[in-house]
Amino acid sequence: MSDATLDQSATRWAGKSDGEKAQADLNFGNVPPASERDQDDPEVRAGQEARLRHVWAEPKGWRYWSAVNNTEVGLWYTATSFAFMLFAGVLGLMMRVQLSAPDNDFLTASFYNQVYTLHGTVMMFLFAVPVFEAVAIILLPQMLGARDLPFPRLSAFGYWCFLIGGIFVCGSIFFGAAPEGGWFMYPPLTTQERFSPGYGADIWLLGLSFIEVASIAAAVELIVGTLKCRPPGMRLNLMPLYAWYVLVVAGMILFAFPPLIAGDILFELERLFNWPFFDPERGGDPMLWQHLFWIFGHPEVYIVFLPAIALLAMIIPTFARRPIVGYSFIVLAAVGTGFLSFGLWVHHMFATGLPAISLGFFSAASEAVAIPTAVQIFVFLATLLAGRVIYSVPMLFVSGALAIFVIGGLTGVMVALAPFDWQAHDTYFVVAHLHYVLLGGMLFPVVAGVYYYWPMMGGRRLSDKLGKIAFWLMFVGFNTAFLPMHWSGLIGMPRRVWTYPADIGLELPNLISSIGAFVFAAGFVTVVWDVLRPRKGEPYAERNTWNAGTLEWLAEVPDEAWGVRSVPIVSSRYPLWQQKNFMADVDMGRYYMPDAEEGMRETMVTSVLDAEPVQCLRVPGPTFMTFWAAIFLGAVFILATFHLWTLTLITAVFAVGAILVWLWRGTAMQPEKAEKDVGLGLKLPLYASGPKSVGWWAMFITMTGDATAFISLIFGYFFYFTVSPVFPPPMMAGEEIGPGVLWPLVALALFAASWLTAILARNTNSKGAVGTARLLMGCGVLLSLAASAAILWGPYVTGLIPTVHVYPATVWVLAIWTACHGAAGALMLAYCLARSLAGRMTPTHDIDIVNVALYWHFMAGTALVTVATIALFPLAV
Amino acid sequence: MAIGNKTRDNLWTLITAPTIWGVHFLLCYGSVAYGCAPNENIFQTISGFRIFVGGLTAVALAAIGFVFMRALGEWRRNGGRIPHEEDSIEVRERFLEFSTVLLAGLSFIAVIYTALPAAMMVDCR
Repeated sequence: MSDATLDQSATRWAGKSDGEKAQADLNFGNVPPASERDQDDPEVRAGQEARLRHVWAEPKGWRYWSAVNNTEVGLWYTATSFAFMLFAGVLGLMMRVQLSAPDNDFLTASFYNQVYTLHGTVMMFLFAVPVFEAVAIILLPQMLGARDLPFPRLSAFGYWCFLIGGIFVCGSIFFGAAPEGGWFMYPPLTTQERFSPGYGADIWLLGLSFIEVASIAAAVELIVGTLKCRPPGMRLNLMPLYAWYVLVVAGMILFAFPPLIAGDILFELERLFNWPFFDPERGGDPMLWQHLFWIFGHPEVYIVFLPAIALLAMIIPTFARRPIVGYSFIVLAAVGTGFLSFGLWVHHMFATGLPAISLGFFSAASEAVAIPTAVQIFVFLATLLAGRVIYSVPMLFVSGALAIFVIGGLTGVMVALAPFDWQAHDTYFVVAHLHYVLLGGMLFPVVAGVYYYWPMMGGRRLSDKLGKIAFWLMFVGFNTAFLPMHWSGLIGMPRRVWTYPADIGLELPNLISSIGAFVFAAGFVTVVWDVLRPRKGEPYAERNTWNAGTLEWLAEVPDEAWGVRSVPIVSSRYPLWQQKNFMADVDMGRYYMPDAEEGMRETMVTSVLDAEPVQCLRVPGPTFMTFWAAIFLGAVFILATFHLWTLTLITAVFAVGAILVWLWRGTAMQPEKAEKDVGLGLKLPLYASGPKSVGWWAMFITMTGDATAFISLIFGYFFYFTVSPVFPPPMMAGEEIGPGVLWPLVALALFAASWLTAILARNTNSKGAVGTARLLMGCGVLLSLAASAAILWGPYVTGLIPTVHVYPATVWVLAIWTACHGAAGALMLAYCLARSLAGRMTPTHDIDIVNVALYWHFMAGTALVTVATIALFPLAV
Repeated sequence: MAIGNKTRDNLWTLITAPTIWGVHFLLCYGSVAYGCAPNENIFQTISGFRIFVGGLTAVALAAIGFVFMRALGEWRRNGGRIPHEEDSIEVRERFLEFSTVLLAGLSFIAVIYTALPAAMMVDCR
């Protein structure tokens, strides 16, 4: 038995429940190649189906929670994010109760602060972004005719991180310890203990940093999935529009979340260790936080909005009974919005006193982004006009979404003008605007998606009657709640106040808003009831119940765990409409990979532009290792919140250990043969390394995100340089301060040497000189550890004290970042050495060292930029 | 990237024009923010930076215009019709060219938008 199956203990367990005999009947390993089978023979098909069903079966009993398949993980992910959404919704209702009357004392001021902070935080970080990842994890493989995403265990790891972090952040309010600073945190209000005592801000920072890990993991998974796991023939021009949106949004996550992680690091260092990044008395500047937060925060609005609009791009053609009008224009809108949304962040900072010309640039970009946003709305309208629209509950929510979003978009164009924003800033006008945008642009489309896709996931259609009731309650309730807020905002009601006095005209709009909020909530509860109500007696919906054209509707009812019966050849945008006999051919296994001959989970990897088959990828099965890795990593963040440093270090070691075990047992597996017949006379390799492998792309994408976080820290250095009169500051007359030049240069030389050893190790290993390669890997470990020590030694021997001023703190942050990455690089080389010694890495099976060499390219760049910034730049100015 | 008048389009050529917009935007904002920092003398003029932004805008518009004309020309020579829903390498190429044209058009407009504040404002107020 191979390593892969040894590791899939849960799968074996599932097999045993069918009886040992059943296992033997499946005949794994003795099945003839797929091309030689007669797919018209029902017995052949029955055998194939039994094998596929067995291989992809979800684990039974308590081991169910070790599942990693996209259908299970996606379902947990979606359900969890909706649970957090309901929790945050209750918080929203509590706010509306408090504000329904003047001088109300339903909530205390402090508790109100916690409630609104968590409402915003949970809705954004625990619902809006994760629900995109959740839905994409379910839908994307189905839409691409793939059996699974390329890294199923990464999805599971992301889910567990999300669940643990989410419970930690939400749970804090039950101990009265929730953050009080708003979802934006406002340093120095929240960085200094005297203004914000307690753990609230730490819980916010560390809990969310942990969840951001999950988001970036999902982004890596979805980018590689979209680019490399499409079915044969699905060229870029034939991709479902949803996949285009997923690609753009995952790319945006990669550039938007890392600046916030960098900001979180600075923020937490200030809270925990008193490093003065945002303290003006010691050279710091709260504006840096504003920049880093909003560089994340504004793209995030589009990260939330685009995937929901992507659902509309799938729903509208189905009910208009025709292909989308203007496919290229949707691509324009998605990609264009993705770029322009990074030029808007300062429009959240119009009131901070920046020069008008700076505001002007961002105001201009904020107006420009209306162009691609409107283009997609017009594409939808054109598709509806050109088709014969079938009225249905999903379409009802689609039309509600468009109406509400357009209103939000128009107020958006208003507040993008700085002079208008100065009037409306921090008032309920902005609250109204952002709720129109987010609910119209995200919640209504998501509910449309729930009604549209539920037959695929739950096997039955949701009730039309309840759906209509829910829609009208939600639509009327929403407008009743939020339209008056424009008015109360313009009267002058500020955001984030826990109460207001009588007799200034605010009673009536607030009362109306509160009533509307409860009507809206009643509508949403109707949706929840419709989804959860028992419907044992009801018949299953027929397959492809809406008569749609895209691949996800191949799903059987009730669902089969294998994803698709065979991986189809696609030659059109709507194969179920445009390719004759398509569903029958898929079901008869007439396409690729109709079998699981060796009892392994497999999916197909294809090329980026034209989706030509390049590899039959073995994907790993159920495991608890991802769960443990998330538990220990979560413990690191949670224990750090409460300053339990020893335990933090211990759990950090466990977390690294769990991740190493996961990698050791579940990645870069050597297949038992070089290639495999996947049917229709096509033979594909089972192993690929370098740019041909999905792992190499995952490393590249992860390191791009990592580099973005690093560049954000570098930006911090130059930000302080720009805003400070003298930087580095003169500490004492006539004395230079800084990390010196000697030790940083020594570190740079050592990093360069370890970079070279990593490259040479890769090259000598592939040439077959395994002994030399092992020696080089060993040297690389020592060199990179020495380099990491040297980069820290510089600021240490020159006596830079990070609590004194922001300059030493910034130098230390960059040195520590580089040293940590150097230590990680050493660990990776040591891992490769161990793999080589254990015979798990050979000259032909060299994924590990190739990916580590790729890491070292980024590492070398990091070291170069760090040393140039902290040691050489001060010499030049 | 362009070899003769025949480029093999891919995802990188698709995002060239919006990337030019991004670089232009960052340099415009970064230069003026640097020029006005620490923003104490708000009546300080920024003529030099405005000239810089103007020159930068001309370069960016020329580059985007080149991308636009290149993609449009190739799209036309390759048949120049929509929709691009056939199953062939040629149609996929044409699809990428057409999408590049659209994105270049959007980026062109967005660069002009970005430059407008520098055309109108004279100091650091």
